[in-house]
Amino acid sequence: MKLEIAHGRIVDPASGVDREGAIYLADGVIAGVDARPSGWHATRVIDARGLVVAPGLVDVSARLREPGLEYKATLESEVSAAIAGGVTSLACPPDTDPPLDEPGLVEMLKHRARSLNQARVYPVGALTVGLAGQSLTEMAELTEAGCVAFSQADIPLVDTDLLWRAMQYAATFGFPLWLRATDPHIGRNGIAHDGEIATRLGLAGIPVIAETIALSTIIALVRDTGVRVHVCRISSAESVALVRAAKREGLPLSCDVAIHHLHLSDVDIGWFDPNARLIPPLRSTRDRAALRAGVADGTIDVVCSDHAPVDDDDKQVPFGEAAPGATGLELLLPLTLKWASEEGVPLANALARITSAPARVMGVQAGTLASGAPADVCIFDPNAWWKVERSALRSQGKNTPFLGLEVPGRVRCTIVAGQVVHESSP
Amino acid sequence: MRNPQLNANGALTHLLTLEGLPADVIRNILDTADPFVSIGEREVKKVPLLRGKAVFNLFFENSTRTRTTFEIAAKRLSADVINLNIGASSTSKGETLLDTIDNLVAMDADIFVVRHSQSGAPHLIAQHLCGQGRSHVHVVNAGDGRHAHPTQGLLDLYTIRHYKKDFHNLTVAIVGDVLHSRVARSLIHGLTTLGTPEVRVIGTRTLMPSHVEAMGVRVFTDMREGLRGCDVVVMLRLQSERMKGALLPSAGEFFKNYGLTQDKLALAKPDAIVMHPGPMNRGVEIDSPVADGERAVILPQVTFGIAVRMAVMSMIASAA
Amino acid sequence: MTTQLPDAEATLVALAERMRGAVAYEAAFVGIYSGGAWLAERLPALVPGDHPVGFIDVSFYRDDYATAGLKGGSRRTSLPFNVDGATIVLVDDVLFTGRSVRAAINELFDFGRPARIELAVLIDRGGRELPIEPTYCGARLTVAQDLSIVLSRDDDRLKLDVQKA
Repeated sequence: MKLEIAHGRIVDPASGVDREGAIYLADGVIAGVDARPSGWHATRVIDARGLVVAPGLVDVSARLREPGLEYKATLESEVSAAIAGGVTSLACPPDTDPPLDEPGLVEMLKHRARSLNQARVYPVGALTVGLAGQSLTEMAELTEAGCVAFSQADIPLVDTDLLWRAMQYAATFGFPLWLRATDPHIGRNGIAHDGEIATRLGLAGIPVIAETIALSTIIALVRDTGVRVHVCRISSAESVALVRAAKREGLPLSCDVAIHHLHLSDVDIGWFDPNARLIPPLRSTRDRAALRAGVADGTIDVVCSDHAPVDDDDKQVPFGEAAPGATGLELLLPLTLKWASEEGVPLANALARITSAPARVMGVQAGTLASGAPADVCIFDPNAWWKVERSALRSQGKNTPFLGLEVPGRVRCTIVAGQVVHESSP
Repeated sequence: MRNPQLNANGALTHLLTLEGLPADVIRNILDTADPFVSIGEREVKKVPLLRGKAVFNLFFENSTRTRTTFEIAAKRLSADVINLNIGASSTSKGETLLDTIDNLVAMDADIFVVRHSQSGAPHLIAQHLCGQGRSHVHVVNAGDGRHAHPTQGLLDLYTIRHYKKDFHNLTVAIVGDVLHSRVARSLIHGLTTLGTPEVRVIGTRTLMPSHVEAMGVRVFTDMREGLRGCDVVVMLRLQSERMKGALLPSAGEFFKNYGLTQDKLALAKPDAIVMHPGPMNRGVEIDSPVADGERAVILPQVTFGIAVRMAVMSMIASAA
Repeated sequence: MTTQLPDAEATLVALAERMRGAVAYEAAFVGIYSGGAWLAERLPALVPGDHPVGFIDVSFYRDDYATAGLKGGSRRTSLPFNVDGATIVLVDDVLFTGRSVRAAINELFDFGRPARIELAVLIDRGGRELPIEPTYCGARLTVAQDLSIVLSRDDDRLKLDVQKA
């Protein structure tokens, strides 16, 4: 299959390309960018006039709910949602049922994803057996099976000695750890950011110190062990400052923010909207401003969807009983574009946060349109606005706090390994 | 977002929280409660206002006291009352909250009086009913988690108005576990909305919600300082669970520093009134001489509570 | 169209004239708020006898509260005499459909069992929807459906007006 994508605005943050031109895909890789390969005969030409041609998006956190949680969603529906959102590579957290703590489970998941032949799925392995926080998993075996990193998903590690040893072990092999900064005790019964809104609404609060204490611990341990750590889903201004200082010091630290936290604050809980129940919680407008600035100045490397489909039964309940999480694969691009236009961030910078930067964190060859790279492309119309409605979402999870809102950015075509896997007409 | 308590004509159709209720709506409720007080003094304590209407008491959290006052209020309005005591566990095992509501609506419920341990449960129900277009079914929040207890707030306001007449020159102190108190939150909203110039909260830092000043109150950790010059002292109930864990060491230490005794009360104005939502823990938040003394208006609060609930139910049932 | 309204004070005198000698010596005068209440206050001076005065607020007994909405106001029903076995003259300013009177009778029966209830009205404007007739009437007149007759009080002087309903 020889695909030619012509007349589009090619934006490739990894190589610094941002100009109108054509790209050529053959044999599953990028055969040329703006340089027609010799003897080229296109099987198909895609006219990308007025559209942006970007690398396929890379999402460091998308829950596919398989194995075990199929009542919430399935691989089919969620991967379909991914490519509808232009996401061609995604990492899924280990909190499946059973958790991804054995090579066999990892292989099965990869096999399932491969057989769907749509988006590329990169499992993140469990750091401890059963995610129970007591004994280490066979990280080397799991890496061989295909894990790109190790994490505890949302479950805080209580045993700091274990965390320290896990870091030393991972550092031995150069495995990265992806960790959430959550203190296991402070705010453990909380369901919302500990601030004015939680006070008014009578919701148990999760104070910022629950995040900063854990983050400070992680930073100190990184300093001691030299392990590469990617901090997942920071949510507060103070955390941004801590990461900034750690990076200035030269520590091997990276971090991400969920796209929701760039747009929403605890005010958006409104009258107890369960779709606004997220982990980490939506914090104050001041925190949101700091997160937005953090992404703009590069302190925060990656923006992700933190996709977590939840079925209606678990959301149409009182706020405190609702399962936390929001569906996000189909909103990653539009919400990133929205943030970028509001903040005056150039398109290439914004796209870097969801292409080249996450690919780097994941250590996979993705998120770039360089010659020879895998032919994973996302062609989108940055000026097409669409309304976020249940019927418009392919994910089985219709749980999003953005329901009813109009967002910019419609994916017209998604290509994985040189094959068109998703197309939509204007 | 439009206030879900008011219908399109600005009439009160649900009572979910005092927060965001316009002052004249609150005053209207208090005024409507006036004539209902006298009905309790009659031989036949009934008026036919809600005849033929069904009031369902949906208590997901046990409370014989509150449920009883709502039952009395509904019966005095000639309504039919059905009591459903649904323990929290049975909902999690079986029907969802909204399924329970749908079933009861099918049984021609007109008013749901809901008490739930989760903040926001009555809002969820009201939004669900609104989404189904059922404008003739109304919700009264009888207490949701630590969020709101609007009828308690209203009866507290009624009591204060009865004894003190004008809110505009009052200093009111609320003492105790504000963090967990829906009574405190509702009263604070009511007082600030009606123009009370100084609302104080008094307690340990562990019992204060974060950013509580944003609700328009002054925080005191020293009870003597906080009671100085007060016109109204509202003592909150301290639940025994708070003594376990990290919030408080003991009831004794709490009583010593935050219990209301005669000598502490003497720091308030000589004609200050003492209120308590009940039930009281004598010797923990309040001592017997004060509870039984002449400044305590705790029993009148109960009487006013029935009248206020009658007013609320008849107003929402007649919302046009 | 201007309707000729009788003078309120003169009509009150006429009403009292008809009650004199006909009304029981110890009959209680119970006025329906607010116009009936003003009249009930004035009547003992005009009608000889020992007439306790009470006031009745029918808001909670009306059949139209659901549409009219509950009106606030602290007008409490006050009946400072024993209702059981009493002879009561209900007093109202304008008798129209008869529904207020029906509500007042129902409310009286919640207080006890009167021996006898009579009705005295300042103006009977017809338009009855219930089988209720005044025992004593000041004046009869007709006005258009869309108008209402309103009694007002200025200092101590009573006044009748016509308003759009």
